[in-house]
Amino acid sequence: MITSLLASAGPLTPAARSFLSPTGVEIVFLLVGIAVLGSAVIAVTTKQLVHAALWLVVALGGLAVEFLLLTAEFVAWVQVLIYLGSVVVLVLFGLMLTKAPIGRSPDADSGNRWVALAVALAAAGTLVTLVVDAFRTSWIDLGGGGGSAAMTGQSLFRHWVLPFEALSVLLLAALVGAIVLSRTKDERPPKPRPGKLRTGKPVGLSSVPASTTPPQES
Amino acid sequence: MNLLDTLLRCVGALVAFLTLPLVIGQTEHKVMAHMQGRLGPMYAGGFHGWAQLVADGVKFVQKEEIVPADADRRIFRLAPAVSLLPYLIVLLAIPIGPNGFVGQALDAGLFFVLAVMGVGVIGKLMAGWASANKFSLLGGLRTAAQLMSYELPMVLAAASVAMAAGTVSLTGIVAAFHWWWIPWQAVGAFVFFTAGLAELQRPPFDMPIADSEIIFGAYTEYSGLRFAFFLLSEYAGILVVSALTAVLFLGGWHGPLPDSLGWLWTLLKTFALAFVVIWLRVTYPRLREDQLMRFAWTGLVPLALAQLALTGIVKVAIS
Repeated sequence: MITSLLASAGPLTPAARSFLSPTGVEIVFLLVGIAVLGSAVIAVTTKQLVHAALWLVVALGGLAVEFLLLTAEFVAWVQVLIYLGSVVVLVLFGLMLTKAPIGRSPDADSGNRWVALAVALAAAGTLVTLVVDAFRTSWIDLGGGGGSAAMTGQSLFRHWVLPFEALSVLLLAALVGAIVLSRTKDERPPKPRPGKLRTGKPVGLSSVPASTTPPQES
Repeated sequence: MNLLDTLLRCVGALVAFLTLPLVIGQTEHKVMAHMQGRLGPMYAGGFHGWAQLVADGVKFVQKEEIVPADADRRIFRLAPAVSLLPYLIVLLAIPIGPNGFVGQALDAGLFFVLAVMGVGVIGKLMAGWASANKFSLLGGLRTAAQLMSYELPMVLAAASVAMAAGTVSLTGIVAAFHWWWIPWQAVGAFVFFTAGLAELQRPPFDMPIADSEIIFGAYTEYSGLRFAFFLLSEYAGILVVSALTAVLFLGGWHGPLPDSLGWLWTLLKTFALAFVVIWLRVTYPRLREDQLMRFAWTGLVPLALAQLALTGIVKVAIS
Protein backbone atom coordinates (compact mmCIF):
# COMPACT_ATOMS: atom_id res chain seq x y z
CA MET A 1 0.00 0.00 0.00
CA ILE A 2 2.70 2.43 0.99
CA THR A 3 4.83 1.77 -2.06
CA SER A 4 1.88 2.02 -4.42
CA LEU A 5 1.00 5.32 -2.81
CA LEU A 6 4.59 6.33 -3.34
CA ALA A 7 4.46 5.20 -6.93
CA SER A 8 1.38 7.28 -7.50
CA ALA A 9 2.95 10.24 -5.75
CA GLY A 10 6.06 10.34 -7.88
CA PRO A 11 9.70 10.22 -6.79
CA LEU A 12 10.65 10.80 -3.19
CA THR A 13 12.16 14.19 -3.01
CA PRO A 14 13.19 16.01 0.14
CA ALA A 15 10.55 18.37 1.36
CA ALA A 16 10.61 21.77 -0.18
CA ARG A 17 8.50 23.09 2.66
CA SER A 18 9.02 23.56 6.33
CA PHE A 19 7.56 21.26 8.93
CA LEU A 20 7.16 24.17 11.29
CA SER A 21 4.14 25.69 9.52
CA PRO A 22 1.52 22.98 9.75
CA THR A 23 -1.71 23.21 7.82
CA GLY A 24 -5.10 22.80 9.44
CA VAL A 25 -5.39 19.21 8.23
CA GLU A 26 -2.09 18.33 9.88
CA ILE A 27 -3.15 19.84 13.19
CA VAL A 28 -6.45 17.93 13.09
CA PHE A 29 -4.53 14.76 12.19
CA LEU A 30 -2.32 15.15 15.24
CA LEU A 31 -5.25 15.92 17.57
CA VAL A 32 -7.23 12.91 16.35
CA GLY A 33 -4.10 10.82 16.75
CA ILE A 34 -3.80 11.89 20.36
CA ALA A 35 -7.47 11.05 20.92
CA VAL A 36 -6.97 7.61 19.36
CA LEU A 37 -3.94 6.97 21.54
CA GLY A 38 -5.79 8.12 24.67
CA SER A 39 -8.86 6.00 24.06
CA ALA A 40 -6.71 3.00 23.20
CA VAL A 41 -4.82 3.37 26.50
CA ILE A 42 -8.11 3.67 28.39
CA ALA A 43 -9.45 0.61 26.55
CA VAL A 44 -6.66 -1.57 27.90
CA THR A 45 -6.47 -0.07 31.39
CA THR A 46 -10.10 0.40 32.41
CA LYS A 47 -11.55 -2.07 34.87
CA GLN A 48 -15.01 -1.94 33.31
CA LEU A 49 -15.18 -4.61 30.66
CA VAL A 50 -17.89 -3.20 28.41
CA HIS A 51 -16.41 0.29 28.69
CA ALA A 52 -13.17 -1.14 27.33
CA ALA A 53 -15.03 -2.40 24.26
CA LEU A 54 -16.73 0.98 23.81
CA TRP A 55 -13.42 2.84 24.11
CA LEU A 56 -12.23 0.50 21.40
CA VAL A 57 -15.07 1.89 19.28
CA VAL A 58 -13.70 5.39 19.83
CA ALA A 59 -10.15 4.34 18.99
CA LEU A 60 -11.11 2.48 15.81
CA GLY A 61 -13.46 5.26 14.72
CA GLY A 62 -10.64 7.76 15.26
CA LEU A 63 -8.41 5.63 13.05
CA ALA A 64 -11.07 5.81 10.34
CA VAL A 65 -10.98 9.61 10.65
CA GLU A 66 -7.19 9.49 10.26
CA PHE A 67 -7.57 7.49 7.05
CA LEU A 68 -10.07 10.07 5.82
CA LEU A 69 -7.64 12.90 6.57
CA LEU A 70 -5.04 11.01 4.51
CA THR A 71 -7.65 10.95 1.67
CA ALA A 72 -7.88 7.15 1.87
CA GLU A 73 -11.67 7.30 1.75
CA PHE A 74 -12.27 3.67 0.79
CA VAL A 75 -10.02 2.28 3.51
CA ALA A 76 -11.76 4.50 6.06
CA TRP A 77 -15.22 3.17 5.27
CA VAL A 78 -13.97 -0.41 5.21
CA GLN A 79 -12.43 0.23 8.61
CA VAL A 80 -15.80 1.39 9.93
CA LEU A 81 -17.69 -1.47 8.25
CA ILE A 82 -15.41 -4.26 9.43
CA TYR A 83 -14.07 -3.07 12.77
CA LEU A 84 -16.89 -0.95 14.20
CA GLY A 85 -19.76 -2.80 12.52
CA SER A 86 -18.57 -6.34 12.98
CA VAL A 87 -15.56 -6.88 15.21
CA VAL A 88 -16.68 -4.63 18.07
CA VAL A 89 -20.22 -6.00 17.81
CA LEU A 90 -18.74 -9.49 18.06
CA VAL A 91 -16.69 -8.46 21.10
CA LEU A 92 -19.77 -6.98 22.79
CA PHE A 93 -21.75 -10.10 21.90
CA GLY A 94 -19.10 -12.30 23.48
CA LEU A 95 -18.98 -10.11 26.58
CA MET A 96 -22.76 -10.23 26.99
CA LEU A 97 -22.81 -14.00 26.47
CA THR A 98 -20.19 -14.64 29.12
CA LYS A 99 -19.74 -11.92 31.70
CA ALA A 100 -20.61 -8.26 31.41
CA PRO A 101 -21.09 -6.80 34.89
CA ILE A 102 -22.05 -3.16 35.27
CA GLY A 103 -19.38 -1.34 37.24
CA ARG A 104 -15.81 -2.32 38.02
CA SER A 105 -14.59 -5.86 37.98
CA PRO A 106 -11.52 -5.95 40.25
CA ASP A 107 -10.42 -9.30 38.87
CA ALA A 108 -10.19 -7.90 35.34
CA ASP A 109 -6.44 -8.15 35.30
CA SER A 110 -3.87 -10.23 33.59
CA GLY A 111 -0.45 -11.47 34.69
CA ASN A 112 0.71 -10.96 31.13
CA ARG A 113 0.29 -7.21 31.13
CA TRP A 114 3.99 -6.37 31.38
CA VAL A 115 4.79 -8.80 28.59
CA ALA A 116 1.97 -7.28 26.56
CA LEU A 117 3.34 -3.80 27.21
CA ALA A 118 6.80 -4.90 26.09
CA VAL A 119 5.40 -6.46 22.90
CA ALA A 120 3.32 -3.34 22.18
CA LEU A 121 6.31 -1.04 22.68
CA ALA A 122 8.53 -3.23 20.53
CA ALA A 123 5.95 -3.34 17.73
CA ALA A 124 5.39 0.41 17.91
CA GLY A 125 9.13 1.04 17.92
CA THR A 126 9.69 -1.18 14.90
CA LEU A 127 6.87 0.43 12.91
CA VAL A 128 7.86 3.99 13.75
CA THR A 129 11.51 3.29 12.91
CA LEU A 130 10.51 1.66 9.64
CA VAL A 131 8.21 4.46 8.52
CA VAL A 132 10.59 7.22 9.57
CA ASP A 133 13.49 5.49 7.87
CA ALA A 134 11.47 4.86 4.70
CA PHE A 135 10.13 8.35 4.23
CA ARG A 136 12.67 10.61 5.94
CA THR A 137 11.69 14.15 5.12
CA SER A 138 9.98 13.47 1.82
CA TRP A 139 6.74 15.20 1.06
CA ILE A 140 3.82 13.34 -0.49
CA ASP A 141 1.07 15.41 -2.00
CA LEU A 142 -2.24 13.75 -1.16
CA GLY A 143 -4.38 15.94 -3.33
CA GLY A 144 -5.21 13.79 -6.33
CA GLY A 145 -7.65 11.22 -5.01
CA GLY A 146 -4.94 8.62 -4.46
CA GLY A 147 -7.09 6.76 -1.95
CA SER A 148 -10.24 6.43 -4.03
CA ALA A 149 -11.90 3.07 -4.53
CA ALA A 150 -10.61 2.84 -8.10
CA MET A 151 -7.00 3.56 -7.11
CA THR A 152 -7.14 1.15 -4.17
CA GLY A 153 -8.61 -1.58 -6.35
CA GLN A 154 -5.99 -1.07 -9.04
CA SER A 155 -3.04 -1.21 -6.70
CA LEU A 156 -4.55 -4.16 -4.82
CA PHE A 157 -5.20 -6.27 -7.90
CA ARG A 158 -2.18 -5.21 -9.96
CA HIS A 159 0.72 -4.96 -7.51
CA TRP A 160 -0.57 -6.87 -4.51
CA VAL A 161 -2.51 -9.80 -5.97
CA LEU A 162 -0.30 -12.48 -4.42
CA PRO A 163 -0.51 -11.23 -0.80
CA PHE A 164 -4.21 -10.65 -1.31
CA GLU A 165 -4.81 -14.21 -2.49
CA ALA A 166 -2.54 -15.65 0.19
CA LEU A 167 -4.55 -13.80 2.82
CA SER A 168 -7.82 -15.11 1.43
CA VAL A 169 -6.46 -18.67 1.54
CA LEU A 170 -5.39 -18.05 5.13
CA LEU A 171 -8.87 -16.82 6.02
CA LEU A 172 -10.44 -19.81 4.30
CA ALA A 173 -8.20 -22.14 6.29
CA ALA A 174 -9.20 -20.36 9.50
CA LEU A 175 -12.86 -20.72 8.55
CA VAL A 176 -12.53 -24.44 7.86
CA GLY A 177 -10.59 -24.83 11.10
CA ALA A 178 -13.33 -23.09 13.06
CA ILE A 179 -15.94 -25.40 11.56
CA VAL A 180 -13.87 -28.47 12.37
CA LEU A 181 -13.28 -27.30 15.94
CA SER A 182 -16.93 -26.54 16.56
CA ARG A 183 -18.15 -29.92 15.37
CA THR A 184 -19.02 -32.53 17.97
CA LYS A 185 -16.33 -35.12 18.50
CA ASP A 186 -18.31 -38.34 18.34
CA GLU A 187 -20.68 -39.00 15.50
CA ARG A 188 -23.00 -41.27 17.49
CA PRO A 189 -26.51 -39.91 17.92
CA PRO A 190 -26.95 -38.36 21.38
CA LYS A 191 -28.67 -40.48 23.97
CA PRO A 192 -32.22 -39.50 24.82
CA ARG A 193 -32.53 -37.60 28.03
CA PRO A 194 -34.15 -39.24 31.03
CA GLY A 195 -37.88 -38.87 30.89
CA LYS A 196 -37.97 -39.14 27.15
CA LEU A 197 -37.65 -42.93 27.04
CA ARG A 198 -39.72 -44.69 24.49
CA THR A 199 -40.84 -48.23 25.07
CA GLY A 200 -39.12 -50.97 23.12
CA LYS A 201 -35.89 -49.04 22.66
CA PRO A 202 -33.13 -50.04 25.06
CA VAL A 203 -31.05 -47.02 25.98
CA GLY A 204 -27.71 -46.84 27.72
CA LEU A 205 -26.33 -49.63 29.88
CA SER A 206 -28.87 -52.32 30.55
CA SER A 207 -27.92 -52.69 34.23
CA VAL A 208 -28.27 -48.99 35.06
CA PRO A 209 -31.66 -47.28 34.89
CA ALA A 210 -31.63 -44.54 32.33
CA SER A 211 -32.61 -41.86 34.79
CA THR A 212 -29.40 -42.32 36.78
CA THR A 213 -26.92 -42.13 33.91
CA PRO A 214 -24.83 -39.00 34.17
CA PRO A 215 -25.67 -36.34 31.61
CA GLN A 216 -23.54 -36.69 28.54
CA GLU A 217 -21.48 -33.84 27.31
CA SER A 218 -22.26 -33.44 23.69
CA MET B 1 -20.44 29.92 -2.16
CA ASN B 2 -18.98 26.49 -1.50
CA LEU B 3 -19.61 26.68 2.21
CA LEU B 4 -23.15 27.93 1.66
CA ASP B 5 -23.78 25.07 -0.75
CA THR B 6 -22.57 22.48 1.77
CA LEU B 7 -24.62 24.08 4.51
CA LEU B 8 -27.75 24.05 2.36
CA ARG B 9 -27.30 20.38 1.56
CA CYS B 10 -26.84 19.51 5.24
CA VAL B 11 -29.97 21.48 6.17
CA GLY B 12 -31.86 19.70 3.39
CA ALA B 13 -30.82 16.29 4.71
CA LEU B 14 -31.80 17.38 8.22
CA VAL B 15 -35.24 18.51 7.07
CA ALA B 16 -35.75 15.22 5.23
CA PHE B 17 -34.62 13.39 8.36
CA LEU B 18 -37.10 15.27 10.52
CA THR B 19 -40.15 15.01 8.27
CA LEU B 20 -40.05 11.85 6.16
CA PRO B 21 -39.85 9.39 9.09
CA LEU B 22 -42.92 11.08 10.57
CA VAL B 23 -44.74 10.67 7.27
CA ILE B 24 -43.83 6.98 7.30
CA GLY B 25 -45.01 6.71 10.91
CA GLN B 26 -48.36 8.27 10.10
CA THR B 27 -48.67 6.01 7.04
CA GLU B 28 -48.02 3.05 9.30
CA HIS B 29 -50.83 4.13 11.65
CA LYS B 30 -53.26 4.39 8.80
CA VAL B 31 -52.18 1.40 6.73
CA MET B 32 -52.14 -0.92 9.74
CA ALA B 33 -55.53 0.34 10.82
CA HIS B 34 -57.14 -0.20 7.44
CA MET B 35 -55.57 -3.62 6.97
CA GLN B 36 -57.02 -4.60 10.33
CA GLY B 37 -60.45 -3.18 9.55
CA ARG B 38 -60.38 -0.11 11.81
CA LEU B 39 -59.86 3.62 11.45
CA GLY B 40 -56.64 4.46 13.25
CA PRO B 41 -56.08 7.90 14.82
CA MET B 42 -58.86 10.23 13.64
CA TYR B 43 -59.08 13.23 15.98
CA ALA B 44 -55.71 14.94 16.45
CA GLY B 45 -55.38 17.82 14.01
CA GLY B 46 -58.72 17.36 12.36
CA PHE B 47 -58.18 15.72 8.98
CA HIS B 48 -57.80 11.96 9.55
CA GLY B 49 -55.69 12.53 12.64
CA TRP B 50 -52.66 13.87 10.76
CA ALA B 51 -51.21 15.46 13.92
CA GLN B 52 -51.23 12.26 15.94
CA LEU B 53 -47.45 11.82 15.75
CA VAL B 54 -46.87 15.44 16.77
CA ALA B 55 -49.13 14.84 19.77
CA ASP B 56 -47.19 11.66 20.53
CA GLY B 57 -43.97 13.66 20.38
CA VAL B 58 -45.31 16.23 22.82
CA LYS B 59 -46.41 13.39 25.10
CA PHE B 60 -42.94 11.83 25.02
CA VAL B 61 -41.29 15.16 25.84
CA GLN B 62 -43.55 15.65 28.86
CA LYS B 63 -42.95 12.20 30.32
CA GLU B 64 -40.56 11.79 33.19
CA GLU B 65 -37.27 10.34 32.20
CA ILE B 66 -36.21 7.49 34.44
CA VAL B 67 -32.77 5.95 34.65
CA PRO B 68 -32.74 2.66 36.61
CA ALA B 69 -30.71 2.73 39.83
CA ASP B 70 -28.31 -0.02 38.78
CA ALA B 71 -27.89 1.20 35.24
CA ASP B 72 -24.66 2.52 33.79
CA ARG B 73 -25.93 6.08 33.60
CA ARG B 74 -23.62 7.60 31.03
CA ILE B 75 -23.94 4.79 28.49
CA PHE B 76 -27.67 4.51 29.15
CA ARG B 77 -28.07 8.17 28.21
CA LEU B 78 -25.73 8.01 25.24
CA ALA B 79 -27.30 4.97 23.59
CA PRO B 80 -30.32 6.61 21.86
CA ALA B 81 -28.09 9.17 20.16
CA VAL B 82 -25.68 6.48 18.92
CA SER B 83 -28.68 4.60 17.59
CA LEU B 84 -30.29 7.57 15.83
CA LEU B 85 -27.45 9.67 14.41
CA PRO B 86 -26.07 7.14 11.88
CA TYR B 87 -29.31 7.25 9.93
CA LEU B 88 -29.09 11.04 9.71
CA ILE B 89 -25.54 10.77 8.40
CA VAL B 90 -26.53 8.07 5.89
CA LEU B 91 -29.27 10.29 4.46
CA LEU B 92 -26.56 12.75 3.39
CA ALA B 93 -25.13 10.23 0.92
CA ILE B 94 -28.31 8.96 -0.75
CA PRO B 95 -28.86 10.48 -4.19
CA ILE B 96 -32.37 11.80 -4.80
CA GLY B 97 -32.14 13.11 -8.34
CA PRO B 98 -29.70 13.53 -11.24
CA ASN B 99 -27.21 16.40 -11.66
CA GLY B 100 -25.93 16.47 -8.11
CA PHE B 101 -29.24 16.30 -6.29
CA VAL B 102 -27.57 14.54 -3.39
CA GLY B 103 -26.40 15.64 0.03
CA GLN B 104 -22.80 14.67 -0.60
CA ALA B 105 -21.65 12.57 -3.54
CA LEU B 106 -19.09 10.21 -2.05
CA ASP B 107 -16.61 8.19 -4.05
CA ALA B 108 -17.23 5.05 -1.98
CA GLY B 109 -20.83 5.91 -1.14
CA LEU B 110 -22.07 2.32 -1.01
CA PHE B 111 -19.45 1.33 1.55
CA PHE B 112 -20.07 4.51 3.50
CA VAL B 113 -23.79 3.80 3.76
CA LEU B 114 -23.39 0.17 4.80
CA ALA B 115 -20.65 1.00 7.28
CA VAL B 116 -22.47 3.82 9.01
CA MET B 117 -25.71 1.84 9.22
CA GLY B 118 -23.81 -0.91 11.02
CA VAL B 119 -22.72 1.57 13.70
CA GLY B 120 -26.33 2.21 14.76
CA VAL B 121 -26.53 -1.30 16.12
CA ILE B 122 -23.86 -0.47 18.69
CA GLY B 123 -26.36 1.97 20.18
CA LYS B 124 -28.89 -0.80 20.64
CA LEU B 125 -26.25 -3.05 22.20
CA MET B 126 -25.28 -0.22 24.57
CA ALA B 127 -28.92 0.25 25.53
CA GLY B 128 -29.38 -3.46 26.13
CA TRP B 129 -26.33 -3.74 28.32
CA ALA B 130 -26.54 -0.49 30.27
CA SER B 131 -30.14 -0.99 31.39
CA ALA B 132 -29.11 -3.60 34.00
CA ASN B 133 -32.14 -5.65 33.07
CA LYS B 134 -32.20 -9.28 31.98
CA PHE B 135 -34.81 -8.67 29.30
CA SER B 136 -32.76 -5.82 27.90
CA LEU B 137 -29.62 -7.92 27.90
CA LEU B 138 -31.45 -10.69 26.06
CA GLY B 139 -32.68 -8.13 23.56
CA GLY B 140 -29.14 -6.85 23.10
CA LEU B 141 -27.84 -10.38 22.56
CA ARG B 142 -30.48 -11.12 19.98
CA THR B 143 -29.75 -7.81 18.26
CA ALA B 144 -26.08 -8.67 17.97
CA ALA B 145 -26.74 -12.20 16.74
CA GLN B 146 -29.20 -10.93 14.17
CA LEU B 147 -26.87 -8.24 12.90
CA MET B 148 -23.95 -10.65 12.56
CA SER B 149 -26.10 -13.00 10.49
CA TYR B 150 -27.80 -10.50 8.22
CA GLU B 151 -24.92 -8.09 7.57
CA LEU B 152 -23.20 -10.65 5.34
CA PRO B 153 -26.03 -11.25 2.82
CA MET B 154 -26.72 -7.52 2.78
CA VAL B 155 -23.14 -6.63 1.87
CA LEU B 156 -22.99 -9.46 -0.69
CA ALA B 157 -26.19 -8.26 -2.39
CA ALA B 158 -24.87 -4.70 -2.44
CA ALA B 159 -21.57 -5.97 -3.87
CA SER B 160 -23.50 -7.63 -6.69
CA VAL B 161 -25.06 -4.37 -7.81
CA ALA B 162 -21.72 -2.60 -7.44
CA MET B 163 -20.19 -5.23 -9.73
CA ALA B 164 -22.97 -4.68 -12.26
CA ALA B 165 -22.40 -0.93 -12.29
CA GLY B 166 -18.63 -1.14 -12.06
CA THR B 167 -18.52 1.49 -9.30
CA VAL B 168 -19.21 1.80 -5.58
CA SER B 169 -20.45 5.36 -5.83
CA LEU B 170 -24.20 5.56 -5.28
CA THR B 171 -24.72 8.23 -7.92
CA GLY B 172 -22.59 6.20 -10.32
CA ILE B 173 -24.70 3.10 -9.69
CA VAL B 174 -27.95 4.92 -10.43
CA ALA B 175 -26.45 6.57 -13.49
CA ALA B 176 -25.43 3.17 -14.87
CA PHE B 177 -28.88 1.69 -14.36
CA HIS B 178 -30.86 0.13 -17.23
CA TRP B 179 -34.35 -1.28 -17.00
CA TRP B 180 -33.15 -4.88 -17.55
CA TRP B 181 -31.21 -4.66 -14.30
CA ILE B 182 -34.47 -5.24 -12.44
CA PRO B 183 -34.89 -8.89 -13.56
CA TRP B 184 -31.11 -9.37 -13.53
CA GLN B 185 -30.71 -8.18 -9.91
CA ALA B 186 -34.10 -9.31 -8.62
CA VAL B 187 -32.66 -11.92 -6.25
CA GLY B 188 -30.15 -9.42 -4.93
CA ALA B 189 -32.92 -6.88 -4.36
CA PHE B 190 -34.91 -9.44 -2.40
CA VAL B 191 -31.89 -10.38 -0.28
CA PHE B 192 -30.92 -6.75 0.34
CA PHE B 193 -34.41 -5.64 1.30
CA THR B 194 -35.01 -8.63 3.56
CA ALA B 195 -31.65 -8.29 5.28
CA GLY B 196 -32.32 -4.57 5.68
CA LEU B 197 -35.61 -5.36 7.38
CA ALA B 198 -33.80 -7.74 9.71
CA GLU B 199 -31.20 -5.11 10.51
CA LEU B 200 -33.99 -2.69 11.42
CA GLN B 201 -35.61 -5.37 13.58
CA ARG B 202 -38.92 -4.85 11.91
CA PRO B 203 -41.53 -7.61 11.93
CA PRO B 204 -41.26 -10.45 10.98
CA PHE B 205 -37.66 -10.09 12.20
CA ASP B 206 -38.47 -8.35 15.49
CA MET B 207 -37.24 -11.11 17.77
CA PRO B 208 -34.81 -8.72 19.58
CA ILE B 209 -37.63 -6.39 20.61
CA ALA B 210 -40.42 -8.96 20.82
CA ASP B 211 -42.81 -7.12 23.12
CA SER B 212 -44.78 -10.20 24.11
CA GLU B 213 -41.66 -12.16 25.07
CA ILE B 214 -38.93 -9.86 26.31
CA ILE B 215 -40.89 -6.62 26.73
CA PHE B 216 -39.30 -4.57 23.92
CA GLY B 217 -35.84 -5.94 24.62
CA ALA B 218 -33.18 -3.26 24.79
CA TYR B 219 -35.76 -0.46 25.16
CA THR B 220 -37.50 -1.92 28.23
CA GLU B 221 -36.13 0.65 30.67
CA TYR B 222 -36.39 3.70 28.43
CA SER B 223 -39.07 6.33 28.75
CA GLY B 224 -39.78 9.81 27.54
CA LEU B 225 -37.68 11.46 24.88
CA ARG B 226 -34.98 8.80 24.74
CA PHE B 227 -37.56 6.12 24.00
CA ALA B 228 -38.96 8.38 21.29
CA PHE B 229 -35.47 8.58 19.80
CA PHE B 230 -35.36 4.81 19.49
CA LEU B 231 -38.76 4.80 17.79
CA LEU B 232 -37.64 7.60 15.50
CA SER B 233 -34.50 5.66 14.62
CA GLU B 234 -36.72 2.77 13.57
CA TYR B 235 -38.72 4.95 11.18
CA ALA B 236 -35.61 6.68 9.91
CA GLY B 237 -34.22 3.20 9.32
CA ILE B 238 -37.25 2.27 7.24
CA LEU B 239 -36.68 5.39 5.18
CA VAL B 240 -32.99 4.64 4.68
CA VAL B 241 -33.44 0.97 3.77
CA SER B 242 -36.31 1.75 1.38
CA ALA B 243 -34.40 4.58 -0.24
CA LEU B 244 -31.27 2.46 -0.60
CA THR B 245 -33.19 -0.41 -2.16
CA ALA B 246 -34.84 2.04 -4.54
CA VAL B 247 -31.51 3.60 -5.46
CA LEU B 248 -29.54 0.38 -5.82
CA PHE B 249 -32.05 -1.99 -7.36
CA LEU B 250 -35.01 -0.02 -8.72
CA GLY B 251 -33.15 2.65 -10.61
CA GLY B 252 -33.59 5.65 -8.31
CA TRP B 253 -34.49 8.68 -10.40
CA HIS B 254 -35.01 6.76 -13.68
CA GLY B 255 -38.59 6.88 -14.91
CA PRO B 256 -40.81 7.96 -17.79
CA LEU B 257 -40.91 11.61 -16.73
CA PRO B 258 -38.11 14.06 -17.68
CA ASP B 259 -34.97 14.14 -15.54
CA SER B 260 -36.03 17.30 -13.71
CA LEU B 261 -38.72 15.25 -12.00
CA GLY B 262 -36.28 12.48 -11.07
CA TRP B 263 -36.50 13.23 -7.37
CA LEU B 264 -40.21 12.45 -7.55
CA TRP B 265 -39.44 8.95 -8.83
CA THR B 266 -36.95 8.31 -6.05
CA LEU B 267 -39.45 9.41 -3.42
CA LEU B 268 -42.24 7.40 -5.05
CA LYS B 269 -40.18 4.21 -5.12
CA THR B 270 -39.00 4.82 -1.57
CA PHE B 271 -42.50 5.22 -0.23
CA ALA B 272 -43.78 2.21 -2.18
CA LEU B 273 -41.09 0.14 -0.47
CA ALA B 274 -41.90 1.70 2.90
CA PHE B 275 -45.50 0.62 2.32
CA VAL B 276 -44.25 -2.95 1.72
CA VAL B 277 -42.36 -2.76 5.03
CA ILE B 278 -45.56 -1.83 6.84
CA TRP B 279 -47.53 -4.41 4.92
CA LEU B 280 -45.11 -7.15 6.00
CA ARG B 281 -45.49 -6.07 9.61
CA VAL B 282 -49.24 -6.49 9.45
CA THR B 283 -49.30 -9.80 7.58
CA TYR B 284 -46.42 -11.92 8.87
CA PRO B 285 -46.00 -13.50 12.30
CA ARG B 286 -42.71 -13.18 14.13
CA LEU B 287 -39.98 -15.67 13.26
CA ARG B 288 -38.54 -17.77 16.06
CA GLU B 289 -34.86 -17.18 16.89
CA ASP B 290 -33.65 -20.43 15.29
CA GLN B 291 -35.82 -19.87 12.22
CA LEU B 292 -34.33 -16.41 11.96
CA MET B 293 -30.76 -17.72 11.97
CA ARG B 294 -31.57 -20.57 9.59
CA PHE B 295 -33.23 -18.17 7.16
CA ALA B 296 -30.13 -15.99 7.08
CA TRP B 297 -27.49 -18.68 6.77
CA THR B 298 -29.24 -21.30 4.65
CA GLY B 299 -31.53 -18.99 2.71
CA LEU B 300 -30.16 -15.52 2.15
CA VAL B 301 -26.40 -16.17 2.06
CA PRO B 302 -26.60 -18.85 -0.70
CA LEU B 303 -29.06 -16.68 -2.62
CA ALA B 304 -26.72 -13.69 -2.38
CA LEU B 305 -23.76 -15.82 -3.51
CA ALA B 306 -25.79 -17.15 -6.45
CA GLN B 307 -26.68 -13.58 -7.39
CA LEU B 308 -23.02 -12.59 -7.24
CA ALA B 309 -22.13 -15.48 -9.54
CA LEU B 310 -24.93 -14.57 -11.95
CA THR B 311 -23.85 -10.93 -11.98
CA GLY B 312 -20.28 -11.95 -12.71
CA ILE B 313 -21.27 -14.28 -15.55
CA VAL B 314 -23.57 -11.76 -17.24
CA LYS B 315 -21.03 -8.98 -16.76
CA VAL B 316 -18.30 -11.02 -18.45
CA ALA B 317 -20.69 -12.12 -21.20
CA ILE B 318 -21.81 -8.62 -22.17
CA SER B 319 -18.46 -6.87 -21.85
